Amino acid sequence: MNVVAALVAVIGMVILVWLGVGVLKLYTLFGVVVPYAAFLTFLIGLVYRMVNWAKSPVPFKITTTCGQQKSLPWIKHSRLESPANNFEVVLRMALEVLAFRSLFRNLRADLRGRKLYYGSSKWLWLGAILFHWSFFIILIRHFRLFSYPVPGFIKTLDAVDSFFHIGLPHLYMTDVAILAGLTFLLLRRLVDAKVNYISHASDYFPLFLIFGLVISGMLMRYFLRVDLVSVKELTMGLVTLHPKVPQGIGLIFFVHLFFISVLVAYFPFSKLVHMVGVFFSPTRNLPNDNRRVRHINPWWEGVPPKFLTYCEWQEKFKDKLEESGQPIDEDCYEKKS
Amino acid sequence: MALPKRDELLKEVNYDRMPEKHWMDTKPEFRPGTYCYAGEPEVVKDLGLPNPRKWQPHDEDWKLPENWKEIVLNAIRDRMNRFRSFKLFMDICVRCGACADKCHFFLGTGDPKNMPVLRAELMRSVVKGEFTRSGKLFGRLAGARKLTEDVIKEWFYYYYQCTECRRCSVFCPYGIDTAEITILAREILHEIGVNIDWILKPVRFSAEIGNHIGLQPHTIKENIEFLLDDIEEITGIRPEVPLNKKGAEILFVTPSADFFADPGIYTFMGYVLLFHYLGLDWTLSTYAAEGGNFGFFTSHEMMRKLHAKIYHEAERLKVKWILGGECGHMWRVVHQYEDTMLGPAPKNLEVPKSPITGTVFEHAKSTKIVHICEFTADLIAHGKLELDPSRNDHLVVTFHDSCNTSRGMGIFEEPRFILRHVCNNFYEMPENTIREKTFCCGSGSGLNTDEYMEMRMRGGFPRANAVEYVHEKHGVNHLACICAIDRATLTPLMKYWVPAVSVGGVHELVGNALVIPGEKKRTTDLRFQPLKGAEEEA
Ligand code: SF4
Ligand code: SF4
Repeated sequence: MNVVAALVAVIGMVILVWLGVGVLKLYTLFGVVVPYAAFLTFLIGLVYRMVNWAKSPVPFKITTTCGQQKSLPWIKHSRLESPANNFEVVLRMALEVLAFRSLFRNLRADLRGRKLYYGSSKWLWLGAILFHWSFFIILIRHFRLFSYPVPGFIKTLDAVDSFFHIGLPHLYMTDVAILAGLTFLLLRRLVDAKVNYISHASDYFPLFLIFGLVISGMLMRYFLRVDLVSVKELTMGLVTLHPKVPQGIGLIFFVHLFFISVLVAYFPFSKLVHMVGVFFSPTRNLPNDNRRVRHINPWWEGVPPKFLTYCEWQEKFKDKLEESGQPIDEDCYEKKS
Repeated sequence: MALPKRDELLKEVNYDRMPEKHWMDTKPEFRPGTYCYAGEPEVVKDLGLPNPRKWQPHDEDWKLPENWKEIVLNAIRDRMNRFRSFKLFMDICVRCGACADKCHFFLGTGDPKNMPVLRAELMRSVVKGEFTRSGKLFGRLAGARKLTEDVIKEWFYYYYQCTECRRCSVFCPYGIDTAEITILAREILHEIGVNIDWILKPVRFSAEIGNHIGLQPHTIKENIEFLLDDIEEITGIRPEVPLNKKGAEILFVTPSADFFADPGIYTFMGYVLLFHYLGLDWTLSTYAAEGGNFGFFTSHEMMRKLHAKIYHEAERLKVKWILGGECGHMWRVVHQYEDTMLGPAPKNLEVPKSPITGTVFEHAKSTKIVHICEFTADLIAHGKLELDPSRNDHLVVTFHDSCNTSRGMGIFEEPRFILRHVCNNFYEMPENTIREKTFCCGSGSGLNTDEYMEMRMRGGFPRANAVEYVHEKHGVNHLACICAIDRATLTPLMKYWVPAVSVGGVHELVGNALVIPGEKKRTTDLRFQPLKGAEEEA
């Protein structure tokens, strides 16, 4: 049901583009208005999201410590798993964001009879790395469509990515990798009972959407061969704010463009914001220096706690204290008088 | 209902078989042994908490206040505004499932709602369904639902089936900490009077008397005298335990269970012997007689109220710094919350400095509170303790990292360093079950009550399973830990799963090994168990 709904939504988009561009010839709508609107939504949505998170304070320093704290000088402390200062936090975050450190820890638990076994389980990590890094490189590669002249490093990236010179045009390694990653992530959601059980339609939707995006892109490059010169004319028009839609770009391009538009517009309002959100995560982005550096809680600072003070307590148990020979604090009475 | 037999308990558990029904359509079943009793009206009233009434979770009608829904929605909104963690964690989970089989309650029940991701989703779905447009529009497709009384019951059931251990947070690629969600969910539930007795009673005792069990000052003293009698019998020495002594150098704070409950008392005897050996200028307070803090399991406000007495007492007694005993959640509070909620520390406190080794504990320079394992490890490293580890030769020891000190503090090496010096037989449990990946005892966060025994044995199963492994492989017969709740809960857990294994604190073993000038030849350990070789000699 969830899967079907998500798939239908994505197929619906193809039909929509086919109707809009193929039949009704709404080139400007799909080639200019939609991309602009999507990009704006993305920007505004993302800023809104970040401001919204930032508005809520971090009242406590709740670092999840995954390694030895910094304490005695002769004990080796774990700089990456239990960072003791902000520099080490940056290292920890870098490892988390660039190499998916926590995911790399993944284990699989198996119950046999009444014995539990743990196996290392790096597949999810591998799938996630393949997917995210390929996506990122593909994105960078696309800048050749948005820049003139194309910067050298993008050309280099392009050359490296198609290094194996398979087919014509040369097959990009990242295209293969992202397909592999996506397929794994999707299959996992379908096959693994636990993951399947927790998945919403909104978990399948972005997967299908990105699948659509990748497949339409690959079709364009390897099979249907759209006119690159016209495409670049359009994309350059978009970035230079002089949008125009040249004639004769294939329908498949508009499908691709529509998918990416939907993806960026959807980004800030869905789980996809995890990409930005991870930087805000207080269990990862704070140092474990709690006893050394005081952390301020904005809603408690200057508000003294209410509790049973010693003198009140002494009043309550005075007899018991005296009987059992425990000292009575005379200061309690001096203060009063 | 009686507790099922060990071999029966997990029969139905299968991590790869999920229910047919969508989780939003399943309701919790309040089966005895799997939930805790509700807070009693007088206790709730005494604490000034909302909606005191007689009710039980298995009742059909929970007698919620009329406007319960409004209260809950406002409470959620309020927590989102005050806790970035909460707001963020509601937004960024991708349901990758990396956390799914990391929770001991899932591993012990196979109940999908005990997967941390789904536990968080119980709240997230409501946030989506009640506060977001997409949630209202797409409903279940977006993982959204409305808040109903059944949801409240479900929250109660599953947020009291989480021990706030943070194991899930270690594995989550975004650090989503379901413990944080549980903490806030419990806080929110309190606002409509949904609570448990086992937490609120200790909280009331703590608020009114000063410690969880309501020990009055003279009783504390009497209990300690009993322990000193035992120490005298075993060692021939009667150390002094200074109470409420003004001007002492160090205030020692430990969970009250250490004064009176087996096996915590042996750990206490270990502390006392150590301090005697060192000639430490210390004091114990019968007012600030509780390091543990069940307020932490109630609300942030309650945690603060109960913890305030420690600095207050340190100020009154004009001590120089504070030494904290072996306790898990006490140390989560001391380490991660104390300074923020009650700091800066009183002016009379100084940066802690060991009077024996001269070591300055720079890492505690703001809070001025040092963990006893840091203190003792430093002593051993400087060769200040004469130790005879063979006095622990009757024990084959393994070490359980408590959740709170592991994932909320990062103290891993200090206790191990001590153990390696005080006993000859020390074996680690498998790597995936210790340190930051350690498994909860299954009864933390105020769930160590008898009516909850089945769930405790289930939740503790992964821990017990790892102990069983080293028991079979290395003959381990003793489980050392640095947590008072662990000492109380691992004992029945071991009895159920691995009966040959006893449980105790690290400083109990220190107390056994410490060679004290003037003591008589020891023939038993602090539990009056014969030392290895002593029987033959006698
Ligand atoms: S590991 Fe984190 S992101 Fe993945 S399902 Fe669990 S809470 Fe969500
Ligand atoms: S904090 Fe611990 S008990 Fe709670 S969901 Fe996470 S792993 Fe389970």
